[in-house]
Amino acid sequence: MARELWPHDATTLGASVVPIASSTDIVGARQRGRELASQIGFTGSDLTVIATAISELARNIIEYAKSGEIVLSLAHRGSRMGIQIVARDEGPGIAEVARAVQPGYTTGNGLGLGLPGVRRLMDDFEIASVVGKGTSVTARKWII
Amino acid sequence: MRVPILKQGGILIASIQSALSDEDLLQLRDDLVQQVGKYRSRGAIVDVTVLDVMDSFAVRTLRAIAHMIRQRGAETVIVGIQPEVAFAMVQLGLTLGDVATALDLEEGLAFLGRNPKTGPLHGP
Repeated sequence: MARELWPHDATTLGASVVPIASSTDIVGARQRGRELASQIGFTGSDLTVIATAISELARNIIEYAKSGEIVLSLAHRGSRMGIQIVARDEGPGIAEVARAVQPGYTTGNGLGLGLPGVRRLMDDFEIASVVGKGTSVTARKWII
Repeated sequence: MRVPILKQGGILIASIQSALSDEDLLQLRDDLVQQVGKYRSRGAIVDVTVLDVMDSFAVRTLRAIAHMIRQRGAETVIVGIQPEVAFAMVQLGLTLGDVATALDLEEGLAFLGRNPKTGPLHGP
């Protein structure tokens, strides 16, 4: 089993739920994400990329929904391991999900880099949104 | 955490010491833009060496700092962007645009020294 290749038993790492309601929570979420990614076995620029993606997702929550949460956890796919980031809120939702992930799309005061940027940074990217109910973005990055 | 700003000759040096919240970054912007006038500085250096993440807000704010300081007649150099941070910025499509950058504090000081607007040859 691939799991035995890992220096520490990353499979025991639990999910981390980070509430997001203010800009200081953004800093906390990305620091927590960097720690978890490092425990899972990510190194170097991957750690920065993961922390940056978490920062943008947390920023989106505050900008569009005021509050929400980021759930960080270990991801498995076959013998591969990675990190999963789920950013969810009960905000207004996104009417045009397909457009929201296109480069340059924005309705807030950002640079229009939020979701398309995160999609470029990560390996997997899924978004589910219901207008009036909220949005959930799931992004994963795999080791190698 | 408030970013300390040192005055060295005609140059201000803002040396970021830890991860910054959005409010900290905006405070740095306001402090620097104000102190350029107070000390009649010709140049400003923002040292981001310790930042392990520069997301869209950080990049946008650094660009705003440089542009605001330019409106005040001084030049800004951003120094110390780490290789991993540069990588993530490019992946994300973030750019500092026309804002000057240098490898580290030493190079930043050399850059301002060579600049006719801020350099010693044209000093007060």
